[in-house]
Amino acid sequence: MPKIRNLEDLRKIKESAKDLTAARSGGRTRIIVGMGTCGIAAGAREVMTAILAELEKRGIKDVAVETTGCIGMCQFEPLVDVIRPGEPRITYGNVSPEDVPRIIAEHLINGNVVTDKVIGRTD
Amino acid sequence: MLEDLSHSILDIAENAVNAEATKIVIEIAEGLDENKITMIVSDNGKGMDEDLLSKISDPFVTSRKTRRVGLGIPFLRQAAEGCDGFFEIRSSPGKGTSVTASFRTDHIDCPPMGDLAATLITLLLGWPDKRWIFRYKINGRQFELDSDEIVRVLGDKESLRSCEVATWLKGWIDENLSILRLGGSDQYAQDKKS
Repeated sequence: MPKIRNLEDLRKIKESAKDLTAARSGGRTRIIVGMGTCGIAAGAREVMTAILAELEKRGIKDVAVETTGCIGMCQFEPLVDVIRPGEPRITYGNVSPEDVPRIIAEHLINGNVVTDKVIGRTD
Repeated sequence: MLEDLSHSILDIAENAVNAEATKIVIEIAEGLDENKITMIVSDNGKGMDEDLLSKISDPFVTSRKTRRVGLGIPFLRQAAEGCDGFFEIRSSPGKGTSVTASFRTDHIDCPPMGDLAATLITLLLGWPDKRWIFRYKINGRQFELDSDEIVRVLGDKESLRSCEVATWLKGWIDENLSILRLGGSDQYAQDKKS
């Protein structure tokens, strides 16, 4: 009989990933996805699912994924902000799930901003 | 319009977050024989007075400052009423709000449910400090998720933000919803085997 997941199995996930909570303390990269009605309608939830899947696939643990509400730039949704410690906050606009692997590989891992998707930067 | 019901649930649940709720209950009941789905999102947030409540389905009424139209509630009302369903908001200031929408599933305009697990992990990961309770009932059986129980297993709320935890939870929710739809774990096991 195939094994059916049990909530207690989650404890093992938590124990095996010892650095699980470190992502929230300062000094780590943050990814923020706009999740207002505008973001949701434009596909923000799918973008967030793609971000989680890509981080999981690459085994990246020291990143905090967060959500935020509408920031008034609805026409550019889905919006994704990437904040690397000590670097400007980069806002990507019109992000699709297909853009996610590129943003993670280029920006998060290699440190190069994906310029064609940038709509703003805040120092 | 939002694509499906799971997107509407995400949107309405975020209204509850913005109303400073600490506990949000999402309940979906499906009666297979009566071709009906009812969803209720209720919160213990700050609520609305009668004046605001009477205007809340108007897209040009919103408490938000960043954009002057609010489309979440009108979207859901339109979706429910578009398939002979029912829509209602009850609220009292200081106590909270509950949004009920029902849909006739055999109506051609009834939106599909969509990816409920993705909606739930988005909420858990986005607002780990809230208490989320999710219940899905089909013909009397039910699956319940209580974020307090998950936090108890994890040991702390911040772990909900970990992508490994979120990915595992998504699989767990998907599996439980499949079990529920198939009518119990024995049938689920049989189905997986064949």
